[in-house]
Amino acid sequence: MTPHSEENHTGAVVAFTNVKIGFEEGDVLRGVSFEVMPRETLVLLGETGTGKTLTLKLAAGLLRPNQGKIEVLGQEVSSMQEQELLTYRRQVGFVFQEGALFDSMTVGENVAYRLREDRLDEDEIESRVQESLRFVELEHTGEMLPSELSGGMRRRVSIARTLATRPPIVLYDSPTAGLDPVTAQTIITLILQLRDVFGVTAIMATHRLQDGFGLARFRFDPESKRVVRLGSDEGSAAAARAEGDEPATRFMVYRDGRVYFEGKPEELAESKDAYLQKFLV
Amino acid sequence: MADTPFQVAGREAKPVVRISMGEVLTDAFKQLLANIQDYSLMAGRSLANLASGPRYFQDILDQMDDIGVGSLPIVLMAGFFIGAVMVLQTGSQFTRFGQTALTGDVVAIALVRELGPTLTGILVAGRSASGIASELGSMLVTEQVDAMRAMGTDPSRKLVTPRVLAGILMLPLLTALNDFIGLLGGCVASVFSLRLNAVEFWTRAINALDFADIMQGMMKPLVYGFILATVGCYKGLTVRGGTQGVGRATTQAVVVASVMIIGADLFLTKLALYLGDKIF
Repeated sequence: MTPHSEENHTGAVVAFTNVKIGFEEGDVLRGVSFEVMPRETLVLLGETGTGKTLTLKLAAGLLRPNQGKIEVLGQEVSSMQEQELLTYRRQVGFVFQEGALFDSMTVGENVAYRLREDRLDEDEIESRVQESLRFVELEHTGEMLPSELSGGMRRRVSIARTLATRPPIVLYDSPTAGLDPVTAQTIITLILQLRDVFGVTAIMATHRLQDGFGLARFRFDPESKRVVRLGSDEGSAAAARAEGDEPATRFMVYRDGRVYFEGKPEELAESKDAYLQKFLV
Repeated sequence: MADTPFQVAGREAKPVVRISMGEVLTDAFKQLLANIQDYSLMAGRSLANLASGPRYFQDILDQMDDIGVGSLPIVLMAGFFIGAVMVLQTGSQFTRFGQTALTGDVVAIALVRELGPTLTGILVAGRSASGIASELGSMLVTEQVDAMRAMGTDPSRKLVTPRVLAGILMLPLLTALNDFIGLLGGCVASVFSLRLNAVEFWTRAINALDFADIMQGMMKPLVYGFILATVGCYKGLTVRGGTQGVGRATTQAVVVASVMIIGADLFLTKLALYLGDKIF
């Protein structure tokens, strides 16, 4: 994993400035501004239809805003032509809500897709595919079709597909939606690993507050290969081994197309705001 | 206050928005123009993509196999029966004048110029345009197309161009086979029903055809292949409304492609006849 070096003048890896987007049915985002710093995870909360997925698609350059500026890795995405966007998107990983695996390809072919597009050596592709599938503990599924996998396994393959390209930024669209608690926890552990082992900067849209708190309160210790609680003895030891580099997690809540809350996990947890309380219950 | 029992007192009743027939027609016309524009851009890009990389040769071969080899059974069966029916229909008329020997001439010209290409076009549209629309539509609603874009692949190059190229390359070959099998069906019918000699049937059929007929018969399927593939791709990639929308797009792809093929036939026939007079 290559650490991202291209940041904008404030040091942010992702920067939205007064971004607006709407469709025939009306405006969805009405002037959204935020920044994501290197190695930071931004947890995006909001009710259905408030524009969480749209924000991710805008950051990935899959949609163009009606107004405003989007900068990612020091490049202005909002003004790029389609051809430039194709090159840009290779630097950004996107984990779709249902996995969005190519159903006519095997799991291995799905993970190898981008590598084959880049015409890498077949041996290199094979080793990267195996490595990525091993990371999500699905190395035995390489020859299976996505339709033969469970929902949770499909999400894990989707994470493996994203990991294979070693992107510095990963966008997660409700990665635990519709999964049982145990499988959801497995997905969150993988996201922790991507962050703490590979130093990935991330934006995660979710309905589940516990996913965000999971990222904020735990870290993956590569040495012991375990998830440890931040602030605990084990967490401090892990942080010391990582030279005190604590991963930052911030929460952002959308309401009516605008940023309603932006702050640290503890600020959200302690908030007395009636709207925010709905997420905390 | 409430005007009707269904209104809640104290709330304003929703204003009744009256839309004139003129507005409805204007909106529909604008929508039609926008669709034609989008379709033209997509179709144009599918060909322009051939001029530069990346090119997906394996996808082109896969689509040639699907559209070409996959359509072979229905095209051959339909061709055989149409040829045979043509002989029965024309033969019954020629019998009245004692000119049954002319059957081979008529069947050959009708099949090679008109029935072979158009019938093949409509049959493959029924099979492949619907298949393309449903496949791409399903990919769209399950976010596979977005996933492709998110990984830096241009869906126009990866999904549309291989299908369009396969359609253009495969339709003339299918038409040639359809023509041959149609004549074979005609020969069988003429031997068993009209008691014609098989050699005489083939000799007259082949002699009746000149170069202009062959050109006309081979020019049309190039356009039909382009039409059915581009319509299938356009309908698939513009699906709205989930899986129900995929079903609707599939039906529309077959209907629009078939109508466009028949409409294009008129202009292509006129063009081919003009070129036949001037050039061939």
